[in-house]
Amino acid sequence: MRIIEINGTVATTEVDGVTRQARLDLLPEAELGDFVLVHAGLAISRVDPEDAAETLALLRKLADEIQ
Amino acid sequence: MKFSEEFRDKHLVQELARRINAMAPDPATIMEVCGTHTMAVARFGLKTLLPPQVRLVSGPGCPVCVTAQQDLDGYLALGEQPGVILITFGDMIRVPGSYTSLEQQRAAGADVRIVYSPFDAVEIARQEPGKQVVFLGVGFETTMPATALAILTAAEAGLTNFSVYCIHKTMPGALRALLRGGELQVSGLLLPGHVSAIVGAAAYDFIPREFHLPCAVTGFEPVDVLLGVEAILRQLAEGQARVANVYKRAVAAPANPQAQRIMAQVFIPARAEWRGLGQIPGSGVDIRPEFAGLDAKVQFAQVLAAVPPAPATPCRCGEVLRGVLSPPDCPLFGTVCTPSHPLGPCMVSSEGACAAVFRFG
Repeated sequence: MRIIEINGTVATTEVDGVTRQARLDLLPEAELGDFVLVHAGLAISRVDPEDAAETLALLRKLADEIQ
Repeated sequence: MKFSEEFRDKHLVQELARRINAMAPDPATIMEVCGTHTMAVARFGLKTLLPPQVRLVSGPGCPVCVTAQQDLDGYLALGEQPGVILITFGDMIRVPGSYTSLEQQRAAGADVRIVYSPFDAVEIARQEPGKQVVFLGVGFETTMPATALAILTAAEAGLTNFSVYCIHKTMPGALRALLRGGELQVSGLLLPGHVSAIVGAAAYDFIPREFHLPCAVTGFEPVDVLLGVEAILRQLAEGQARVANVYKRAVAAPANPQAQRIMAQVFIPARAEWRGLGQIPGSGVDIRPEFAGLDAKVQFAQVLAAVPPAPATPCRCGEVLRGVLSPPDCPLFGTVCTPSHPLGPCMVSSEGACAAVFRFG
C-alpha cells in the first residue's frame, strides 16, 4: 500500500482506492509515497521499488532470450 | 507499480515453470512453512506447474491452525464472564474449542467482536470503560509487534479495562525444535516473507548450518513462490545449503530493530503449546510482569485455572501441520470435516492446508 498521508506515527495508506490507517513505529524512515506492507494496522516493511524492478527486469530478460 | 500484478505475470510464471522443469530435479519435498504460501500455492495452482517429483507440503505456519485446543478453551472461558468483551481477528471466530467456538458464544449472547488490528481493541476499551476488553493475541512475529504496541499504548493511556490473552508464537525457534526432533522429513524450506520482514532473513541461518537444508525466503505472488522453489532446487542440485532471499524488495538480512526493541520491551520468551506438536520451549512469549495489569492470563488467573483439560478429539490436524499426513488422507477430510462444518483448525482457516485443498484441490 502507498503512504498518502502521515500524521505523527500514523499513516494513511492506499491501494486501488481503499485506504487504511497504519502505524509507522517500525519504519521511522518511511516517507510520503513509499510502498509499505501493512499487517494488523502496522506497517511492517518498506517495499524497495528498485529491487522489485531489478528482479522483474532480470526475469523478463531471461524469458525474452528463450524466445 | 503495485508489486502484486507484476509478480503474477503469466509469461514470467510460465518461464519460471519451464526453467524449473528443465532442471529435471531429483525428487524433493519442499515445505511451505507459512499458511499464506499454502494459500497462494493452492489459489494459483502452482503445484500443477512443477515436475511431479517435486512435492510441496504445508507446514506449521498458520497461526490459527497451531493454536492449541487448551489455549482456545481458556479464551472461550473468559467470554462466559459478565462484563467481558472478547476481541479477535476474524479468522479465529469459527475455530472449534472443546465445547464451543467464538461464533457459537456470540450467537448465545456473549459480546465477541472482530477487529482488523489490536489498536482497534484498545479503542474499544476506551469507549467501553465499564467493560473488560480482552484481545486475543495470536500470530507469529508478523503480528507480535502490533500486539506489543497495543499493550504499550494501553499502558500509556492508563487503561485498566484492557488486557491481552497472549498465545503468540515465534517462528525460527519452532522450526529449530521441529528440525531437531526429526519431525520434518523435507528437502528444503520455503520461509515466510512477512515474518522475515520482522526477524530478518539471517534469523534462519542456523537451518543450513545445523541441518544442511536449503532455504528460500520468499513472498506470496506466483513469481515469488516459483523463484523460491527454483532457489531451493538449485541448491539441492549443487549440494549446497544456504538461506536464499528472493524477496529482497521487502526483507533484509538483519531484523527490524524497532520491532525487536518493542517486542523485547513487552514480551519474554516462554514455552508454548502447539496443536499437534506439543510444548516447545522458547517458541512463544509471555507478557512481562511489569505489564501484568494488561495480561489476561494474570487478570483472569482464577477463571483459567478452572478450565478443564481439553479432551482428545479425532482431529488429525497435528499430523497435517507436521507434513506427515496429506489432507485428503485424513479420514475426516471432506466427510465430517468441511469448511462449513470444520472439526479442526486446518479446515477453518483460509490459510489452513485442509481448507486450501478442499477449495482448490
